[in-house]
Amino acid sequence: MLAFLDQVVAVTLMNLRALKERAASSLVAIVGIAGVVLVLVAVLSIAEGFRATLTSAGSPDTALVLRAGSDTEMTSGLTLEDTKIIADSPEVLRDEQGAVASAELFVIIALPKISTGTDANVPLRGVQPAAFSVREDLRIVEGRNFEPGRNEVIVGQGAQGQFAGLGVGDLIELGQAQWTVVGVFTTGGTIADSELWCDAKVLQPAYRRGNSFQSVYSKLKSPEAFEAFKDALTSDARLNVKVMRETDYYAGQSTILITLIRTLGILIAILMGLGAVFGALITMYTAVASRTREIATLRAIGFASMPVLISVMAEALLLAVVGGLLGAGLSFLVFNGYQAATMNWQTFSQVTFAFAVTPKLMILGFLYSLALGFVGGFFPALAAARLPVATALREA
Amino acid sequence: MASGEALVRVQNVHKVYHRGNERIDVLRDLDVNVGKGEFLALMGPSGSGKSTLLNIIGGLDRPTEGGVEVGERRIDRLNDGQLASWRARHVGFVFQFYNLMPVLTAERNVELPLLLTNLSRAKRKKQVETALALVGLSDRAKHYPRQLSGGQEQRVGVARAIVTDPTLLLCDEPTGDLDRKSGDEILDLLEGLNQQHGKTIIMVTHDPLAAARATRVLHLDKGQLSSEAAA
Repeated sequence: MLAFLDQVVAVTLMNLRALKERAASSLVAIVGIAGVVLVLVAVLSIAEGFRATLTSAGSPDTALVLRAGSDTEMTSGLTLEDTKIIADSPEVLRDEQGAVASAELFVIIALPKISTGTDANVPLRGVQPAAFSVREDLRIVEGRNFEPGRNEVIVGQGAQGQFAGLGVGDLIELGQAQWTVVGVFTTGGTIADSELWCDAKVLQPAYRRGNSFQSVYSKLKSPEAFEAFKDALTSDARLNVKVMRETDYYAGQSTILITLIRTLGILIAILMGLGAVFGALITMYTAVASRTREIATLRAIGFASMPVLISVMAEALLLAVVGGLLGAGLSFLVFNGYQAATMNWQTFSQVTFAFAVTPKLMILGFLYSLALGFVGGFFPALAAARLPVATALREA
Repeated sequence: MASGEALVRVQNVHKVYHRGNERIDVLRDLDVNVGKGEFLALMGPSGSGKSTLLNIIGGLDRPTEGGVEVGERRIDRLNDGQLASWRARHVGFVFQFYNLMPVLTAERNVELPLLLTNLSRAKRKKQVETALALVGLSDRAKHYPRQLSGGQEQRVGVARAIVTDPTLLLCDEPTGDLDRKSGDEILDLLEGLNQQHGKTIIMVTHDPLAAARATRVLHLDKGQLSSEAAA
């Protein structure tokens, strides 16, 4: 066994020492594999970032109430009376201002994207004062909050980074009126950062919504109070509503896009992977061809085919390891935290999010590089191990 | 005819290659015995089958028909794995172009066949030193092949071939790539190994002067023995 290991080590070291003589083709294989890993991790980091943005939004003790049959706030509608009944529910948390429940309006406005100059849909949310108690993590990072009753908006940090004309003091045209941007807020990178907020009472007439709202966000006394809250509202004859945890609502919104991005990412990675495998195959076949005499000599001396096979595989895997580490490392350096915006297909509005290159994704990319190296090395290794010794010695 | 006890018995060996639809009979019903301690030279024109015969005796190739016995072993009946380990124990090869590993020093090249044994590192080192001393290259142990002359490279090749003390030394045109002086040094070395250490050597050569160093010369032509002479 020891002799076998010695054989493997000796032949493998010989291969690796000769790597610098094949630097160019080895580099091609490394770059090819690194590129595939880079793209795979980058694309999946979009899905991961989008998922993180949507699923980190919300808290388990916050409930969202929509009209029954609605999947999103866009398609929901609640009367003022409905919102009062909901806020009066005993499970809703109360503070000195009363029930911590905010009846809200959700409209889509068009703003030009900084990157392209073309208009894109941006969510504008009209909120009640309790909204700031429901979203405890919201803080103003620049300027001030809007004043009730005035045409003022505050903009999420993500939206400000993606859309033009959202600086503090800027004026924007909304619903046939001019609004002033008075502040910038953040909720720590959740979906709310993609929105613009204003006073619901000002938004209602601007968009001819009368006294209607689309949703109620309620902070419950505890996460466990949710079931009682839901049962009470859904069995109330005066209401026709759907009750969800805020976390579930946003998680549901991310499903379509995440599935789409992941499928696309994996498809691209497979196609690019085919290219990289061919690159690795050519590199390793060249490596084997350039060492035909050495391999044949070793076999003539008495080395078994297995150490030869393992040594070629080891070389291919080493190239893959370098490529994998390079690709995963680069993807982290280049893409982690990269700010972008994309369409939320549930609300047809833009969501800003940051690419998230997580350790899990980097490990996945690295494992993929090993798989590419394995496939790329296996057939050349087999060819090396099956080399007809007498012919190879004569022709080399 | 072999002198003394036969170490190698080649019996009715026929070797056929196919190139497309063409059948090439490289060896035709060949019978050759090589005695223990003999130094046999195989001569003949290109394509006469001498290298094929050497490869068959060395277990690198198999006869299409017939049998090959080395010692008491029918090597034509061994599978690839068995043949590889048989070669490791019983055969030392010397190649025309030395076939050293360019990334290994002389001593590491010589050590290669010993990696196939169960010898400890210390014992391997000792045997490598002995083999290199025998070929007069103790002072070049740490040199890489590119730092050696052709003659020195071939001497490393000979050291690698003898380091395991094999039963048979098979040399394929060992002086074919060397100038006369270096070639003579290699032949001196082989002669010494045969005469002083009793090594059985089979050497393929085109060179009559090289063949003259052997104890017996066989001429092959079109896969058959054409003449045999004591050198």
